Amino acid sequence: MMKYTESHEWIKLDGDVATVGISDYAAKALGDVVFVELPGVGDDVDAGGELAVVESVKAASEVYAPIAGEVTAVNDALEAAPETVNAAPTEGGWFVKMTVADASALDALMDEDAYKDYCAGL
Amino acid sequence: MANDLKKTALHDLHVDLGAKMVPFAGYNMPVQYPLGVLGEHLHTREAAGLFDVGHMGQVFLVAEDKTFETAAKALEALVPASISDLEPGQQRYTQFLNDDGGILDDLMVSRINMPGHDHMIYLVVNAGCKDADYAHLATHMPDDVAINIKDDALSLVALQGPKAVEIIARLNPDVAKLIFMTHGEFELQLPDGGVYAHISRSGYTGEDGVEISAHHDDMKRLVGHLLTQDGVAPIGLGARDSLRMESGLCLYGNDIDTTTSPIEAGLIWSVQKHRRSGEGYKGAARVAADLKTKTRRLVGIKPEGRAPARGHTEIQDVDGNRIGEVTSGGFGPSVGGPVAMGYVDVPHNKAGTTVHLIVRGKALPATVTKLPFVPHNYFRGK
Repeated sequence: MMKYTESHEWIKLDGDVATVGISDYAAKALGDVVFVELPGVGDDVDAGGELAVVESVKAASEVYAPIAGEVTAVNDALEAAPETVNAAPTEGGWFVKMTVADASALDALMDEDAYKDYCAGL
Repeated sequence: MANDLKKTALHDLHVDLGAKMVPFAGYNMPVQYPLGVLGEHLHTREAAGLFDVGHMGQVFLVAEDKTFETAAKALEALVPASISDLEPGQQRYTQFLNDDGGILDDLMVSRINMPGHDHMIYLVVNAGCKDADYAHLATHMPDDVAINIKDDALSLVALQGPKAVEIIARLNPDVAKLIFMTHGEFELQLPDGGVYAHISRSGYTGEDGVEISAHHDDMKRLVGHLLTQDGVAPIGLGARDSLRMESGLCLYGNDIDTTTSPIEAGLIWSVQKHRRSGEGYKGAARVAADLKTKTRRLVGIKPEGRAPARGHTEIQDVDGNRIGEVTSGGFGPSVGGPVAMGYVDVPHNKAGTTVHLIVRGKALPATVTKLPFVPHNYFRGK
């Protein structure tokens, strides 16, 4: 199941590995993504810590780690095709895969419906 | 959002078109439409982009004695450009300088081309500077030159791109006879009646195109009509910025301000030869001094990778010494990669010099490049 943060990242748990990206709402708000700076494989990240930087034509925005863990893979395809973040933010436009230090941390995040309500209120 | 933001006459149209509105220079302005910054940028380079620049200041200088000479001499004391030799219908780019030769604003100066009115000088100044500009003019213009601010009466739009002139010339074929940096008064034949407009063949995108000034209500009709034409799309401030950056055109507040002189900013082309002696206008000494002692220059910078370097990014030489700062930077959609402009200390300003841009703590290699990044496409006559 996909969970969301207030800073518009999504996270999806598959076994003991989580995939992280930015939401459709965030991708639309950013506009045309032209560059994504990804962390290194093996980097440890804290919940709420900086995970990546996404640059649109107009501005740079930070992407935060929804939970703590270690980066196990990054989406290298975004280097050549950053526009995938706009085209398929929750699929091909994923940013990183990471371990989950504490699976219960996911419980504190919003589910799809709660996130929809949250965005509607912005 | 603050309620005290001003609106241009076209504000409601932007909202109807689905624009994302942002505060800019005290106005609520469209930063992008549903097409998006990238699409709007590319559309302008391929067809025709319509920009609302009604937030900019429009002013007429009119001498009491009804001569062009009196008004021109008075303005010449405040700007490095030669004004007295402007012919009716001619337009020139220049800057207001302070006593130290720093740039207070950059502006377009035109001598009106209408019989009986060719003593009048028409200025277009930046929105963010216009109140200060008006105060500057009020302080320094002699009493016998009137300063007529027309912001309450006149709108301003730009139609830019390779198809812009063809499209506006459908409303009056004479517009197509203008060449770059000339202007005139035209009656444009709309389906529901004519409107009078002041049109100059100039702009801020590097493309061929026009800037059109007309009374607010006439402009609403004109813009409504233009948007029905194939090839015309409304363009927001986002693409306006990426277009001017690729074209190497300075943005006041980013690339030029009171700390930079016209010479440092690479604007020597806008200072006619006989205006480089160090006398004759506010800040003239700095212009002459900067021509002799070369300290730093505004240059184009092409980052090697795909990461954009934004304004205020530190520029270092390959040995790690600070040599300057990026003043404008981002992604150039027509270039297909990042582009930037910034000041570097001489002699690092030589095209081809490798420099390092410090982006998020990392040194990214980049090359000093001649501006513009995308060749200008101005119509200079056949």
